[in-house]
Amino acid sequence: MQVSEDVFAKVQSALVDALGVDEDEVTPQATMVGDLGAESIDFLDIVFKLEKSFGIKIATEDLFPKDILTESTYVQDGKVTATGLEELKKRMPWADLSNFEKNPRVQDFGDLLTVSDLCRYVVSKVA
Amino acid sequence: MRWFWIDRFTEFVRDTRATTIKNICFGEEPIDDYLPGFPHYPHSLIIEGMAQTGGLLVSEAEGFRKKTVLAKVSKAIFHHVAIPGDQMVLEAIVQNKQPAGALVEGKVTIGGVLLAEMELGFAFLDDDRFGDTTLFPPEDLLRTLRILKMFDVAVDQNGNRIQAPEHMLEAERQAARDIRFARVR
Repeated sequence: MQVSEDVFAKVQSALVDALGVDEDEVTPQATMVGDLGAESIDFLDIVFKLEKSFGIKIATEDLFPKDILTESTYVQDGKVTATGLEELKKRMPWADLSNFEKNPRVQDFGDLLTVSDLCRYVVSKVA
Repeated sequence: MRWFWIDRFTEFVRDTRATTIKNICFGEEPIDDYLPGFPHYPHSLIIEGMAQTGGLLVSEAEGFRKKTVLAKVSKAIFHHVAIPGDQMVLEAIVQNKQPAGALVEGKVTIGGVLLAEMELGFAFLDDDRFGDTTLFPPEDLLRTLRILKMFDVAVDQNGNRIQAPEHMLEAERQAARDIRFARVR
């Protein structure tokens, strides 16, 4: 999935505005939580800003599939099961899950999303 | 101390926009104590007044049942200060509203001159996590809304007058019954 410079610039602007970070910190590889310091309430702000900027509607479940991270069908011993991982891939084809797959602890899911993932998600919604 | 930093609603359109006024009075404790020698109204309380205006705006449509909290001050820019004798006009406009929260843009003016601009994020707390009770007793909130004259000006998007929600009226009736019962005992 190709991400144009225009899409990246708009996502970058939304993140700079919502998180108070510098433009050069918002690299494609930066993780939202670990690198950019996003907290849960910031995600709502980011969603609002992306919706306005791209004229799209974003459901919170798109970015945080709560059921997969909580239901026993998909989670065992604090880790997402193989079935859960398959479901995640289906629902989040725009996300790079390769690192998460190695040790799919639910508690690490929050720090999964990168700026690139977010850009690809936006592209999927705009398309 | 009563934690109300708006005096009255002058406009209220469901989930769309609301305007309140706040008169700055020298007799208010925060004015005199905030910066001795330079009595002015603290900026933090202007933000709180906008949070009250916007928070009531985004929670009315659900009958004030959602636990609505100010979650983020995304932006707050102040151009000057408010001093005793000023009347602030606080305008809140809903930019976005979702099941999890809302974003409100706020503008504060005095005599038509821009005092402050802000952007506030509100979160609707999840009943599963935070319980299904409201943040305030409904009868108390209803009394406050009447004092603020919200129902005097509130309309829905079609211009129809908004009445107090039935569950709040019932809570008020029950509270009155409880008081009468306590007196009889």
